[in-house]
Order: sequence, then structure tokens, then C-alpha cells
Amino acid sequence: MTQTHAPTSAAPVSASVPMIQLKVKVLRFDPEKDKKAHWTTYDVEAQASDRVLDVINHIKWYMEPSLTFRRSCMHGICGSDAMLINGRNRLACKTLVRDVAKSGGTITVEPIRGLKVEKDLLVDMEPFFDSYKAIMPYFINESPAPAAERIQSEEEAERMAHSSNCILCACCTTSCPIFWVNGSYLGPAAIVQAHRFIFDTRDEATQQRLGIMNQNTGVWRCRTAYNCTEACPRDIPITQLIEEVKRAVMYGQA
Amino acid sequence: MHHRYDVLVVGAGGAGLMAALYAAKGNVSVACISKLYPTRSHTGAAQGGIGAALGNVQEDHWEWHMFDTVKGGDYLTDQDAAEVFSKDIIDAVYELEHMGLPFSRTPDGKIAQRKFGGHTRDFGKAAVERSCYAKDRTGHMILQTLYQQNVKAGTTFFNEFHVTDLLIEDGRCRGLVAYELSTGELHTFHAKAVILAAGGYGRVFKITSNALTLTGDLMSIYYRKGLPLEDMEFYQFHPTGLAKLGILVTEGIRGEGGILRNDSGERFMERYAPTIKDLAPRDIVSRSIITEIREGRGVGRDKDAVNIDLTHLPREVIEGKLAEITDLARTYLGMDPVKDLVPIQPTAHYAMGGIPTDLNGLCLSDGNGGSVEGLYAAGEQACVSLHGANRLGTNSLGDLVVFGRRAGIYAAQYARQVEFPDMPENPQRESVDLFDRLRNSSGKDNAAAIRKELQESMMNNVGIFRNGPDMEKQVGIVQELKARYANVGVSDPSRRYNSELIEAMELGFMLDCAEAMTASALNRTESRGAHDREDYTTRDDENWLKHTMAYKDLNREGQVQIGYKPVSLKGFTRAFEPKPRVY
Repeated sequence: MTQTHAPTSAAPVSASVPMIQLKVKVLRFDPEKDKKAHWTTYDVEAQASDRVLDVINHIKWYMEPSLTFRRSCMHGICGSDAMLINGRNRLACKTLVRDVAKSGGTITVEPIRGLKVEKDLLVDMEPFFDSYKAIMPYFINESPAPAAERIQSEEEAERMAHSSNCILCACCTTSCPIFWVNGSYLGPAAIVQAHRFIFDTRDEATQQRLGIMNQNTGVWRCRTAYNCTEACPRDIPITQLIEEVKRAVMYGQA
Repeated sequence: MHHRYDVLVVGAGGAGLMAALYAAKGNVSVACISKLYPTRSHTGAAQGGIGAALGNVQEDHWEWHMFDTVKGGDYLTDQDAAEVFSKDIIDAVYELEHMGLPFSRTPDGKIAQRKFGGHTRDFGKAAVERSCYAKDRTGHMILQTLYQQNVKAGTTFFNEFHVTDLLIEDGRCRGLVAYELSTGELHTFHAKAVILAAGGYGRVFKITSNALTLTGDLMSIYYRKGLPLEDMEFYQFHPTGLAKLGILVTEGIRGEGGILRNDSGERFMERYAPTIKDLAPRDIVSRSIITEIREGRGVGRDKDAVNIDLTHLPREVIEGKLAEITDLARTYLGMDPVKDLVPIQPTAHYAMGGIPTDLNGLCLSDGNGGSVEGLYAAGEQACVSLHGANRLGTNSLGDLVVFGRRAGIYAAQYARQVEFPDMPENPQRESVDLFDRLRNSSGKDNAAAIRKELQESMMNNVGIFRNGPDMEKQVGIVQELKARYANVGVSDPSRRYNSELIEAMELGFMLDCAEAMTASALNRTESRGAHDREDYTTRDDENWLKHTMAYKDLNREGQVQIGYKPVSLKGFTRAFEPKPRVY
């Protein structure tokens, strides 16, 4: 099915900015009325510098109000709008039209994989957050705190630079082929979160977390497919962090 | 469905998560209701830091922080709030560190601190390193850390629940009603105390750093009850949003030495704030940028931006301490701050005003000491008033933890002392009516089109520079948009995940906030802090050293009644006399 619409810009325009024509093909599914997912194509006009989220918002606001997806911050920090865009997991607000299509081209948008589709591009995130909660994702140090801060060197703090950068968008976990076939695998995002605490010199629960990582739902499921690293919108070297956790499990220490 | 908790928290950003943690420590049952998953909250978008006089880099004192906050607020700041804040924030930052927050560090392993706009040593002598930071993703780390601690504490969350009504009768809050997005079901929450911490309403403006979800829902619900919103005319435009997009670029770039330049490359802030230059407070820098643009010294295709220059800084500073904004500039503008000048323009950022509270977070019902029993507020939603007429950079994150904590403590203390109040006969009536109107309207008006007109007109008429005629025009525009809003129809009939219905409801909330803001701004015939009038260019302490309280006229649609509340001009131990504000 194709719907057309009189051209209107998705974002603020100044007169001199050239517009390009796009076909946006969205995999839609509403369990209240659809037996299975189906593609709908929308013809829209956009600027090359528009975010894909601008284009999807435009479709929702002016063409297809029932189109359903999550979004909030619009600039890649809240982690709401992970989608499969042209076959790759990305944040729709951090992907520009010019990065994925030329004028006259097509952008395909599907829900991220491995989680139950609730409606259109919106999936059930509960299993993802359950895996997150399983790794004890909180700082543990029961010894009395000093009056001021605990001391930590610049180098020690830098060990958490990548892992603490995670926004829990699920781009990594839902691009992982192991996760697709085995939903009980905690997945890359949960391992990144575990890394953040395992390598925090102030934290005292390293052994407990290494134990969780050593279980059959843990780090050994990883087959280093690198999909997670390629999918991460925050450029976290996830596969490398997973390898560091594997090593820590093997040697029994961070 | 019906639920019952001693304390309910609305909003799961920094203030809400802090309030939930502290309420739970008070030995009461607590639940947190949020329209988003907690980690999606906009606290995560804060970048540059949280200000506290730790003195890790240079000598510092809470008195200096208090002075800067009061002066930064153009003396409309309540000084008792500023004193509590400047003292409490020191322990609060250490507490965040003890919760595991991965702060950047000094060479001797302490929390790193950097300069920020309006933060000075020795009562204005020179800029001081007060902003405690975790690279340029401090808000992200605060949000993550506080959520982690709530997971540890086992806090109950109702995620993707939209609050549709507060149940207030006979001056007492009894709970609230919320709409569950995944089912379309209305839930009634019965509570002894409710804490509102659901953030601001920046989406009333076209260019904004705010998330799409920041639509002032709870402010509007409060206002619809005939309760006041305080100081709505004071809205902060952050000087540096990415050109055209409004995405926040931290003030930390100037704290690290970044320089604003006009089309000829001139460091124009030397003319506007000779002492602290680029590190002047945000209202002053935003006005200076707009003045440069108006006088033809802007950059870019439309000459509507100026440049921020980081090119003289070492690559490791830019890519390390400013990693986030480097990524943003590269992603959205295809520019590299290591070698390119980056075009920026002011972006609507932060509401100084909001739901009036006392120092314990208790919501006020008028300007004479009246309150709403059992109802608390904290964070951007609230107006305590710490920020007065202009908030200093870093003081929003500080506000969240200090006053979120206080609201949690005092709400729990109150809940321990009282029984559950009686519930209204039909608690869901207003909410059912609200949705029936939206679902059954036969109107053809498009919510998105009305929203766009609201955003553009607010930007033009109630923006950085204001004047009487433009704001009078805006009063009429908002009234007209409200009339059209009554004809907005929701075409999607589905019950599950009906985001069209939610967006239509949110537009109604935004229109209320815009109405209160425009009326308050039109009423204040002076220039103070972020409220700058071309027809009343000076501060007028004799007539206007007072807070505005805007009430919806419940008998005449579209009319706003204005009242006032005195400013606390003394702290508990220190007081700073209003003086001309020069930097």
C-alpha cells in the first residue's frame, strides 16, 4: 500500500534549502487488527540534513496519526528510538536522511529484532530491562564512606569511560544473533553494564558480578559477531568490553 | 484499577528519582509514575556539571555560591532557598559520588571541577572552578546513578503512565489518576502524599533543547485547578544550541576556554561583560548573541547564528572532556570542533518558574502562605525560587538533588503522621471527560499544525526580547489556538499505545503553560534576568521586586488573574542587597 502526501517539510526550512523526495517504507503491525506485519510506503519530501526521526514524526503528524513508535530527546541521549533503519539498528534521531538515502531513494524502517512487537515500531522492553537488572546494576560498597569523596585516579576513572556511556537503547542486544535465538542470554547491553561496575575500583561486588557473568546466560554465549559494536550509536567498543569481562571471569579478578 | 501508596512520585528524572529514594528511606510505601522509562528522562541531556563549593581546584565557599546564585537570579532568587541550596549541595555531590557516580577526577583523585557561567570567587572577582563534572555527560551519569540506586532499593515504577488529573479536595491532595499507555486503561492512585517532579515545558517554543515529552503536563493540571504558577515569565534561553536544531551545547565548552565569535571573528563578549566575558550568565550571553545577529554580524546562510571557537584547545580536551558535544557537532552538522568553528544560536532551555513551593517542597496555593496539604513539587517543575529571574548553569542539577531529596524527606514525614484521606466520589470523572472530548470530537483541526503555530508564535512574541504589542498579540493567538484546539479530533480509535491521543492531550497542557507565561510576561513592566522588555528596559526594584503568581480564571476562559508573592531578601545567616548586575 502506498500513501502520498502533499510535500511539507519535516523540519524548519529556510527557503534556499533543497528538498529531496523519499519513499519511507515502514513495517507496520497492530495486533488488534492485523494478523501479521505488513509494509506501508509513504512518499515524503525532506531535507538531506533532517533526522530520520523528523521524517517519521512528519508522517505521524500529517499523514498517518496511528503510526506508533517511542521517541523523546531528539538527539541521541535518551535511547528511546532504536529502530532497524535500512537493515541496521540505529537511533532514528541520530541518523540523518543523507546518511541513508539519496533523492528518489527509499528508507526502510522496522522494529528492532528479538523483542515482541507491541505496535508498529514499538517493542516490549521489559525482557531487556530484566537482563539489565540481573547483573546487579548498582554501585556496592558497604564500608563506611569518607566525609568527602572516595579517591580514584584519573586512569581508574577512565576505565569506565566507555561502559558508563551506555544509554540502554538496546541497539546492541537486538542486533546480536545469539540473542535472537536464545532470549535467555543476558546480551551485550547487560554485559556492558556489568563491565561498568566490575572495573570500578571503588565497587566491592566484583566477585558476585563475575559469578553472574560466568553462568550459562552470561558472557560465554558471546561468539564475537561484532554486530553489537557496529550497532552502538554511542561508539562503545562493546565486543572489546565483553572480551575484557571474559578475561576477568577467567582470571577471577578485574 | 485502584492502587494505594503512602507516597507517590510523578516523574523519574533526577528530582523524582531522588525524591523516591528519600521517601523510601522514611519507611513509607513509595511508587514512582513516569510517562517514560526512567532512563529516558531529560535529566540525561544535561552536560556540563553540577556546581558545589568543594574547593577541589581553587578555594571556594558556599557563601560565594549563594551570592552568585542570588546575583545570577537578578535578586529575584529567594535568599533562604539559595542559602539552603549552597550548603546542602556540597554534601549532596559527595552523596552522588558515594552512590558510585563516575565523576571525572583531578590529578590527586578528587572530583574534577571546572569554570561555568556566573560562578565566581570572592563575590564576583573572577571565575572559579565550581562545576563538578563527569566529562560532558554529567546529567546522563546522575540519571543513570539515581536509577541504579532505585533498582537497588526496589522502588516500584509505573512506566509509560501519563498523569491525567490530581485529586485535590478541600485543600488536600488525595492521589491522582493516570492513563496506562500500553492498555488505554485509567488507574486511580490513592496516596497520603504526592510529589510532582515531571520537568518543564520547553516544547512551547520552536527552537528548544527540550525533549518532545516536555509539555508541562503537571503544571497545567495544577493551574487548571485554579492554583497558581509562579514566575512563568522567566524562561531561560541557553546561549549555545546547535544552529537550526536547538540541541544543547554545554556551557562547559566556554568553561574549558571556548570563545564566541561573530562574523568578523571578534570575541564580542568582551564588549558586553568585560570581566568574565564568555563566562557571563546565560541571559546576558543570549541577549548579546541576538544583538550581534540583529546588527548584522551573524554567521551562516541566514546570518542567524554566531560561532563557538574551540580550535585553540588541545584535541585531547575536546575529545575527552567535551566528547558529547564533539559527537553532536560531527553527527548533526558534519563539523569537527577540533578544527571547525561551530555555528550556534540561543535555544529555549529551562523554566525558572513553575509550581510554587516552600523550602520543604510543599506546594503553595497562593502568595500569602497558603498551601496544598500533602502535595509536594521539586526540580524544574517547581519554583522554590532558587533561580529567580535567571538560573546559573549547573544549578539545575543541584536543584534536582537538593530539593528532590527534601521533598522526599518531608513528604514521607507527613505521610507517617496522617491517615489516608477520603477519596472523591468519582475520582476518574475529569479524566474520562478529557479523553471523551478528544476521542469523540468530530473536529478536523490537526493537533500538530496548532502545536507548530504555538511554537513559532511563542518564539517570535515571547522570546528573548519582548515588548507589549507583540505579547498582546500573543495573548490573542493563544486564545485563538485554544479555540481551535477544542476542535482537534483523534482519528486513531485504538486503546493500546494510542500516542495520537497522548500528543493531543499534551497540546492542551502546552497551551495552558503558554497562556500563563504570556500573561505573566505582559504584566511585568520591567526588565529583569531572562525577562527583557524593549519597552521597559531597566530593572525596577521599587515596583517589581516580587514574584508573579498566575491563576487561571475559572469563570472566564482564556483570562489570567495575576497575584504576587514577596521575595525572601534574607537567608538564614547571610543576605545580599540588590545591586546593579554587572559582570
